[in-house]
Amino acid sequence: MLILHCPFCGPRDHSEFLYGGDARRTRPAPDDADGARWHDYVFLRDNPRGTHVEHWQHIHGCRAWLTVTRDTVTHEILAVTAARPAAAAGDGR
Amino acid sequence: MPPKSQMSEYSVLSLLREGLTGHTGWPRAWRDPAPKAEYDTVIIGGGGHGLATAYYLAKNHGITDVAVLEKGWLGGGNVGRNTTIVRSNYMIPGNTEFYEFSLKLWEGLSQDLNYNVMVSQRGQLNLVNGQAQLDAAARRGNVMRANGIDAELLTPAAVRRRVPFLDFSPAARFPIYGALYQPRAGTVRHDAVAWGFARGADRRGVDLIQNCEVTGFRIERGRVTGVETTRGTIGARRVGLAVAGSSGQVAALAGLRLPIESHVLQAFVTEPLKPLLDYVIGFGAAHFYISQSDKGGLVYGGDLDGYNSYAQRGNLPLIEEVASAAASLMPCVSRLRQVREWGGIMDMSMDGSPIIAATPVDGLYLNAGWCYGGFKATPASGWCFAHTIATGRPHELNARFALDRFRAGAHIDEKGAGPTPNAH
Repeated sequence: MLILHCPFCGPRDHSEFLYGGDARRTRPAPDDADGARWHDYVFLRDNPRGTHVEHWQHIHGCRAWLTVTRDTVTHEILAVTAARPAAAAGDGR
Repeated sequence: MPPKSQMSEYSVLSLLREGLTGHTGWPRAWRDPAPKAEYDTVIIGGGGHGLATAYYLAKNHGITDVAVLEKGWLGGGNVGRNTTIVRSNYMIPGNTEFYEFSLKLWEGLSQDLNYNVMVSQRGQLNLVNGQAQLDAAARRGNVMRANGIDAELLTPAAVRRRVPFLDFSPAARFPIYGALYQPRAGTVRHDAVAWGFARGADRRGVDLIQNCEVTGFRIERGRVTGVETTRGTIGARRVGLAVAGSSGQVAALAGLRLPIESHVLQAFVTEPLKPLLDYVIGFGAAHFYISQSDKGGLVYGGDLDGYNSYAQRGNLPLIEEVASAAASLMPCVSRLRQVREWGGIMDMSMDGSPIIAATPVDGLYLNAGWCYGGFKATPASGWCFAHTIATGRPHELNARFALDRFRAGAHIDEKGAGPTPNAH
């Protein structure tokens, strides 16, 4: 079991969370008409071996989206923060 | 050419002769050559697909100046980590005919390779546990039959005749509405597949080079000219990449970014039993599949662990989930001991279907993105990848498995899950 230290709920089993994948992808602007940029955003992945920054949602807890830094070889959790900058700053409304 | 002793055929006669002489005269099954400075074609990856590709390059296209480069040992990856099931019950154009061609190759493979890969067409029952699922199974069966593939929709009574130990009681948590049955599906001894293709390729002159990790590509003016390896630089006119699980890592050495995530998939085996399960069963109520090995162990698997991983081992919650699916399907297994579990790294593509295609680098070809389906595809994958490398154009069976299909919107999404790799 991976233990994710949710900043709002404390240490919890990863089975309480939904995996959201690579958190480092940058979504193009909604009015960006460049198909290539959308293709890269939607379909391509860096898929690193080692440190991976990814999203998890605490669906059986506070329901917040979190940004987790994890090693894809050892599965070691290196950091967990709230995904929304405002929430990470302590203003979680 | 290899020495004469290595060209010997396996036969009843040779088995009798060796049986009478203490099995001391068997030659080694393939050579262990040092890499040459240059080859016409280099295949990266000595797993099932890479070895099959080398075999069909030699057999179908007469291209024998080929090296297969393997980082570890032959067949040490996913070809020996799957649950050995072969079937062709796919419904989306592109997949349907490709997997059926693969099943046809399986049917003649032992004779073709002169190597017993123990093809056992014991039949697969895909159970149906609801009315909507029954409609979907009927549709899938019709698509299969329209493509000349064997499929039968079984009633609950017909399922019960075959597998009476399932829970057919009215109070069953997952009532059985029937099954979509493919009689020609079954299992194949997976290690023998790697060894049979390895021996077949070696006998045709292919160099199988183990403990040789590719660390870079030589690319000149957009064209591949060779690979850097831990055993030196090896020149090549054409390079084929067949390293599913690590495709993104190796492709990145050539500057490519792929529509793939790597995920761990576990498989499990129980203590050996007397013959119990004569079929392969796919559960309708959970993602779960099970068969019984010739040694007697029940071999089964379920979902991915669900997060990016390069660790060839899985996690406990998934083990519990799969074990509970096993007990839901077959209550009689609940007290069996599970003796082994292991993990393999899957190339999870963005539509759940594979890639067998040219890449933007001239002379560099990609065989990747096999998700769960790699083992059953092994012969057809090798056949089509060899064709693509030899002719520079895809075979009609892999024309839809293009790398740029996501750009073109031509997805082959059997499950309809979208670009969510852990959901395929």
